[in-house]
Amino acid sequence: MAQHQVNYAASGGLPVALTTVDKIVNWGRTNSLWALTYGLACCAIEMMATGASRYDFDRFGVIFRASPRQADVMIVAGTLTKKHAEFIRRLYDQMAEPKWVISMGSCANTGGMFNTYATVQGVDRVIPVDLYLPGCAPRPETLQYAVMLLQKKLRKKTIFNRQKPKRLV
Amino acid sequence: MMRPYRPKDNVQKKSYYTDRFWVAPKIPKIDVKEDEVFASDTKKIKEKFDIKDAYIQRGQLVVEIDPKINKDLLFFLRDELEYDMLMELSAIDYLAQSGEFEIFYQLLSMSKRKRVRVKCRIKENEAIESVNSVFRSADWSEREMYDMFGIVVNNHPYLKRLLMPDDWVGYPLRKTYPLQGDEAAQWYEIDKIFGKEYREVVGPEMRDPAYINENDTNNFARYKHEVPKGAPADSEPIEIDSFNEDAPLVETFDLKKSKFVNRDR
Repeated sequence: MAQHQVNYAASGGLPVALTTVDKIVNWGRTNSLWALTYGLACCAIEMMATGASRYDFDRFGVIFRASPRQADVMIVAGTLTKKHAEFIRRLYDQMAEPKWVISMGSCANTGGMFNTYATVQGVDRVIPVDLYLPGCAPRPETLQYAVMLLQKKLRKKTIFNRQKPKRLV
Repeated sequence: MMRPYRPKDNVQKKSYYTDRFWVAPKIPKIDVKEDEVFASDTKKIKEKFDIKDAYIQRGQLVVEIDPKINKDLLFFLRDELEYDMLMELSAIDYLAQSGEFEIFYQLLSMSKRKRVRVKCRIKENEAIESVNSVFRSADWSEREMYDMFGIVVNNHPYLKRLLMPDDWVGYPLRKTYPLQGDEAAQWYEIDKIFGKEYREVVGPEMRDPAYINENDTNNFARYKHEVPKGAPADSEPIEIDSFNEDAPLVETFDLKKSKFVNRDR
């Protein structure tokens, strides 16, 4: 059994790296941000393009999941109608904490050009938003940059505090 | 009283000119005898039904009827006169003019290559008979008509709102419905998800995304009067005159430290 025992002291140090719990947990969190497929309108096309092979969201650890229970980040891509507002809140509540929201495109940010009775004027009326991504529709690079910014934000967090309830909760 | 004459030849601004006295041109009504097929069809209809008017507009036969005979007439048009497709069905709001809705049925005959429009008018509180038993495509159209105008359709198999949620208040396609929604519509998602007491927490809808509150120094900085973040808007501004945006940015990158050590304009 012990034929291949390694002499650590002889071979240049122990295979041990010291770090903080924060750093290692954040390293894991930021590099596997699984996103909920929340395509509501034309921004969804850009979101799909971001996930496809040319832009390859998988490089950032973003894998789209069709279930809120497996997702960490909700990318709201498109116009949120008032009829649908109830369901976006329900899906947000079903996501396991910690969870984050990226509001993608003008319609999700402010209602955009749909200044009508049937459109929610910004998803932040219904769910708390971490990152607003401007554009109509934002290009895939922009969405990737938004995810990188979210990663940057998460790296600053400490894991010992429970995610503080944001606005609206 | 005569209005002063102002030449309206600026093409760029043409769409912004408004003329209060402008009257939309009426589409001329042509006699049904001009067209052989429509003439014989109208004759056959008149033998069986008591119709109000029949004429040709834009190459289509228009039949105005009493709303009570709508189903019978559509049966007749489908079975006897070969108008076998219901292309469209909807209503027009004429409540302001005459207190009525105009309901129209747009039919197409594949064999004759002709189109017929059947029109009828009902009062606001009246109901119309469903034509779902004649054309199955009327199902969703009648539901949409009920959803958008509030016209009740009798004997419809499943009369329920089609586009708007079931608990929606009001009928959006009526001329009296405001485009940005009435009070129930503006607070719809808040009332439904959080409850009415949350209206004060969330606040009213921001309908103008370009709106900037001058007194809000947390989110905005007034140009050339930049005060510290969160300070009152009328407090002493910070001196920012050394910054020159047009000057080239000189950056020095230290390879060993792998970061910018100097950044200056």
